[in-house]
Amino acid sequence: MSEEKYIPGSKLAKWFDSRLPLLTLSHHLKEYPTPKNLNYWWTFGGILTFCLITQIVTGLVLAMHYVAHVDHAFESIEHIMRNVNYGWLIRYVHANGASMFFLAVYIHIFRALFYGSYKAPREVIWIIGLIIYILMMATAFMGYVLPWGQMSFWGATVITNLFSAIPFIGESVTTWLWGGYSVDNPTLNRFYSLHYLLPFLIFGLVILHIWALHIPGNNNPIGIDVKKNKNETMPFHPYMVMKDLLALLMFVIVFLWFVFFAPNVLGHPDNYIEANPLVTPAHIVPEWYLLPFYAILRAIPSKLGGVIFMFAAIFILMLLPWLDSSKVRSCTFRPIYKKFFWVLLFVVILLGYLGAKPPEGVYLILSRLATAYYFIHFLILLPLLGRYEKTDPLPRSISDPVLDKPSVIDKLKKAAATYEGGNVGSFK
Amino acid sequence: MSKEINPKRRNFLFTTTYSVGAIGIGAAIWPLVDQMNPDSSVKALSTTEVDVSSLELGKSITVLWRGKPIFIKRRTEQEIDEAKKVELKDLKDPQTDSDRAKNPEWLVMVGVCTHLGCVPLSDKGDYKGWFCPCHGSHYDTSGRIRKGPAPKNLEIPKYEFVDSKTIKIG
Repeated sequence: MSEEKYIPGSKLAKWFDSRLPLLTLSHHLKEYPTPKNLNYWWTFGGILTFCLITQIVTGLVLAMHYVAHVDHAFESIEHIMRNVNYGWLIRYVHANGASMFFLAVYIHIFRALFYGSYKAPREVIWIIGLIIYILMMATAFMGYVLPWGQMSFWGATVITNLFSAIPFIGESVTTWLWGGYSVDNPTLNRFYSLHYLLPFLIFGLVILHIWALHIPGNNNPIGIDVKKNKNETMPFHPYMVMKDLLALLMFVIVFLWFVFFAPNVLGHPDNYIEANPLVTPAHIVPEWYLLPFYAILRAIPSKLGGVIFMFAAIFILMLLPWLDSSKVRSCTFRPIYKKFFWVLLFVVILLGYLGAKPPEGVYLILSRLATAYYFIHFLILLPLLGRYEKTDPLPRSISDPVLDKPSVIDKLKKAAATYEGGNVGSFK
Repeated sequence: MSKEINPKRRNFLFTTTYSVGAIGIGAAIWPLVDQMNPDSSVKALSTTEVDVSSLELGKSITVLWRGKPIFIKRRTEQEIDEAKKVELKDLKDPQTDSDRAKNPEWLVMVGVCTHLGCVPLSDKGDYKGWFCPCHGSHYDTSGRIRKGPAPKNLEIPKYEFVDSKTIKIG
């Protein structure tokens, strides 16, 4: 991208920067050119960074009071809630923070789907993003086990048993994951250890994600390449920083509404019952953000098949940059794909709804149809659309769609006329 | 000193170096992997003795063995008959009832659904045996899978009657 080379101002700065170019880095982050037409859907990267840091900080503090032992874990959570100063607040922020993190990541992912942000030259950003998403799910799952309630225990049992579907070695793999013959104290301990580790791996991958982003620069709502040196970009600071902060404030309002007014609405009441290996709750449901995949798991009437389809639903996204062969990125210029995008969003939300329902009757039929559609979208519709869809003409620059609308030109002319009289030229 | 290059000798040295290196790394990683397998204290709890003298006909008890629930069911004549009547070709995981219960009156099984590990509920489901509430697997009065996503019959653990009223599991 078009950036002038940074030359440190003082001698000391020069000395330091030539040894460790932190000043160059901070200059780059400040001046990083962003397309001037980015909308508010582009603020979720910043929001997600905020979510990750919030989870790490609150988690760090909770770890000072939590005890990872089957006899004390449940009790220590209640201890945090009742005795630790502000423990209730920190735990509710951490628990709801996980949900908010996923809310933001789903918006971020669907934004990429709508505007084709996964397409060349941004495939690597997309794949790193998906790895982050997978690690997020693993981290959230293990975190949910730590309070050692009924949902913790049985959620852990069901999810670890997914691996027993692997032919031949499945049994040994689950025994190895458990450190025993069922989910028990060794399992709780290792989940705690990994729950502490994974967020830092995510943090590292976020740095790679941003690094990979800064090579080609941001995609934008029009989806065409931004021209260099054409007044089409703005420095990240202060323009995008301010915009991101405004969006973040709105997001935090929603976040804190949950924390203060409905802290348990996204959780399950059964998790306030201590784990009991002899009684399975009548309805086991994962946290809301895993429900679409849970619906796919249950839609397939075979153990191994269900597991394969569930993992395939995630990993198929890695191939998206190649399955979607259309050269046009943004949905704005893809009239047919745009419709299918909304259908896909509806189907994913429907799968989420079905994942929370018992797998019987009409729910089961609907989850099978929705699962089939999910795979048809990626494996059949996208390659066909890439080949046969007639896309709308692309503008020559990201400024054109604004200036091309006659009403806008008239409005600008009128405004200019009040200052400069009738003799106003073209704005192009 | 000869300046002649001997590729055979060089390749041999490379291959052996890589091999020894790979074995060394593998040997260093293995303890880190194996530490996650069941430890001695977990393995030590591998048998449980249960007094079943007070169990009435048609009732069952659940005991914990290796952290898993074990169903011990004292079956009625009717339940045994039902289990024996079933033809092998109707079964997803074919097994005769006599293979599953040495003494037909006593059925001892691991009470863990072979689908994803929930505990099935007794006297429920379409086959009057067990029903798993998690994903809807139905088991018959012999604990065999009849309907639903589970691939296998409820597992029979190793057990024996120590005397007429005590069962040793494991």
